[in-house]
Amino acid sequence: MNKIVEKEFFSENVCKFIIEAPDIAKSRKPGNFVIIRLDEKGERIPLTIASSDEGKGTITLVVQRVGVTTAKLLTMEAGESIHDVVGPLGKATHIENVGTVLCAGGGVGVAPLLPIVEGFKKAGNKVVTVLAARTKDLVILEEQMREFSDEVIVMTDDGSYGKKGLVTAGMEEVIQREKVNLSVVIGPAIMMKFAALTTKKYNIPTIASLNTIMVDGTGMCGACRVSVGGKTRFVCIDGPEFDAHQVNFDEMLQRLGSYKKEEAEAYERYLKTVQ
Amino acid sequence: MENIAEYLKEERSQPWRDELRKSMKAKERTSLERIHMPEQDPEERSHNYLEVNLGLTEEQALVESHRCLDCPDPTCITGCPVGINIPKFIKKIEAKDYLGAAVVLKETNALPAVCGRVCPQEVQCEASCFYTVKLKKTPVAIGNLERFAADYERNSGKISVPEISEHNGVKVAVIGSGPAGLAASGDLAKFGYDVTVFEALHEIGGVLKYGIPEYRLPNEVIDVEIESLHKMGVKFRTNFVVGKTASVEDLRKEGFEAFFIGSGAGLPRFMGIPGENHIGIYSSNEYLTRINLMHAADPDYDTPILRGKVVAVIGGGNTAMDSVRTAKRMGAERAILVYRRSEKEMPARIEEVKHAKEEGIEFLTLHNPLEYFADEQGRVNRMKLQVMELGEPDASGRRRPVPVKGSEFDIDVDLVVVAIGVSPNPLIPHALPGLEMSKWGTIIVDKETMQSSIPDLFAGGDIVRGGATVILAMGDGRKAAAGMHKYLQEKVKSR
Repeated sequence: MNKIVEKEFFSENVCKFIIEAPDIAKSRKPGNFVIIRLDEKGERIPLTIASSDEGKGTITLVVQRVGVTTAKLLTMEAGESIHDVVGPLGKATHIENVGTVLCAGGGVGVAPLLPIVEGFKKAGNKVVTVLAARTKDLVILEEQMREFSDEVIVMTDDGSYGKKGLVTAGMEEVIQREKVNLSVVIGPAIMMKFAALTTKKYNIPTIASLNTIMVDGTGMCGACRVSVGGKTRFVCIDGPEFDAHQVNFDEMLQRLGSYKKEEAEAYERYLKTVQ
Repeated sequence: MENIAEYLKEERSQPWRDELRKSMKAKERTSLERIHMPEQDPEERSHNYLEVNLGLTEEQALVESHRCLDCPDPTCITGCPVGINIPKFIKKIEAKDYLGAAVVLKETNALPAVCGRVCPQEVQCEASCFYTVKLKKTPVAIGNLERFAADYERNSGKISVPEISEHNGVKVAVIGSGPAGLAASGDLAKFGYDVTVFEALHEIGGVLKYGIPEYRLPNEVIDVEIESLHKMGVKFRTNFVVGKTASVEDLRKEGFEAFFIGSGAGLPRFMGIPGENHIGIYSSNEYLTRINLMHAADPDYDTPILRGKVVAVIGGGNTAMDSVRTAKRMGAERAILVYRRSEKEMPARIEEVKHAKEEGIEFLTLHNPLEYFADEQGRVNRMKLQVMELGEPDASGRRRPVPVKGSEFDIDVDLVVVAIGVSPNPLIPHALPGLEMSKWGTIIVDKETMQSSIPDLFAGGDIVRGGATVILAMGDGRKAAAGMHKYLQEKVKSR
């Protein structure tokens, strides 16, 4: 059982949770994720760790409402407990001083990007961060990003905040004006696909952090498999970060939709129970 | 080994055993027919998850126990990886001391109700039974009797807890709560150690829980045996991935003085053929985990599962049988087993093959998949198969399957489960630099003590064997516990 100690809505569908998990707080590194199960009948879902506080023994997760489990989680309050939290899982981000790092985050992908931005900054890199969201209210963690970035560019689809345009426009702007040695992209699969295509044009090494369907998260089931460079890899133990130019995002997008029908039906049933 | 022989002899010469032997002539005993295990009706059971084998009744178990001759040289024991005193427990049944029989089982076996159900007795104890070897008759139903005694004890509510030595205060860690880890923890607790079992999943039991289906091994049976370990003082920590949540080094600092790694072979193999990542193609591990551990077939649970009208399961082992029989229970109109060799070479237990056939599973032997195709949404809808024939024997001694040229054809399928085996899980070895590994990714250990190249680390089960059975893993766990005991006694002495 892991107690929720703090909850804060970033927007209607995006919420930050600070959760008691002392062992994980101690051992987690940028790039790691956890698997949670809300209750005895719950499913196991992966969530990337945004930050941790070793002293307090807590980890921070940023959760977007996408299905039944996340919808239920968003109704949980501080003081309540999550039945199971296991981690930290996956390989940690390989952080070193490479020069200039262009970090691009879309939607809730900004949360797992935060510790990576912090890591690269602390390793002595110049870090330029592009934050993208549909609209102003969905831009998250901007202040925290500014703390560890040399520059932050905010992009919104509707132009309600920052510059109008997609994440790729913001990335192009940076690439056009200065030498970028490495790019890190985290967000929805479709966003990562186009971000990767953008950096590929300029031959910039790019890392993507994949958030696929998982069950155990320790290599046992293969639900998370993706094709990387034509080979099947497991996101949970080989990743979650891969060379973005080698990832077959179309296949990943399709596999993410494996339970589209089942999820929609389950969500309908869930809505009926809460109404 | 000598003292074991001595012990067996001494046990056998006890007056109650003598008396029983004299109570019936050997000829009468051998003239009895083996009792057939009652089973659920095939048609009925292929639509439910209740146990297929129903267990012997008291009367049946009594008759069967009379068949055992209580041989002076009980060769059956040599066939048991955990060395159960087989004649003694069977004679306890004959004496109607069923609870006593369960106590005998627990002397050397932490999970008798599990082993009575899933052990391949036909190639172990029953293969070396006097009936099989010398009389050329069907062996005593040792496995069925083991299950009877264990079930009797569980149903009686008078569950015995094995005697444990005085607590010695030495902390030991068991990594993985599958059969190897549970067997090791049982013995370590008996030796008096302070045992903590670390499990990555949210439930204890490993493959017994996520892999073996409810209709073959009900979870309730496993939970009762785990409860016994609890009562012996074994502590369990779920949601704890050693090597991730904390390192072995961290645990050493916490005072753990020796480790048993029984992390299993949890890395599913795929064939690497085109289309294998389409939606609707599962590894057997994923398919069975969703259904067994996550209860995906029960609408009250949140975990989703895809169902198929025509399900193809690739492979010929016990896991393939478990998967294809599960698919049938999940409502498949056709559940097809696709295996590249012939039925004779199948590694699955004969009983599983028989049960599968009774339940209407179609066997497509000497066929191998070449490619999968999908609809616009990416869901598998067709597979290309190739006909195979048997050639010369390969390294495993089985005849090698050779493709028949020009024999390819397609069949429509809407769900595929790949059950062609597992590789050792690399998670723990990766976290332990300096640990000697084989080229197959298994941990190299001393065969007697199960000690690895790092002195305080011992290992057993699939992480050492690469893919074996529950009982072999348990045998390893027991051997390792003995090895750890010896290692720790010397370590403590030298302080």
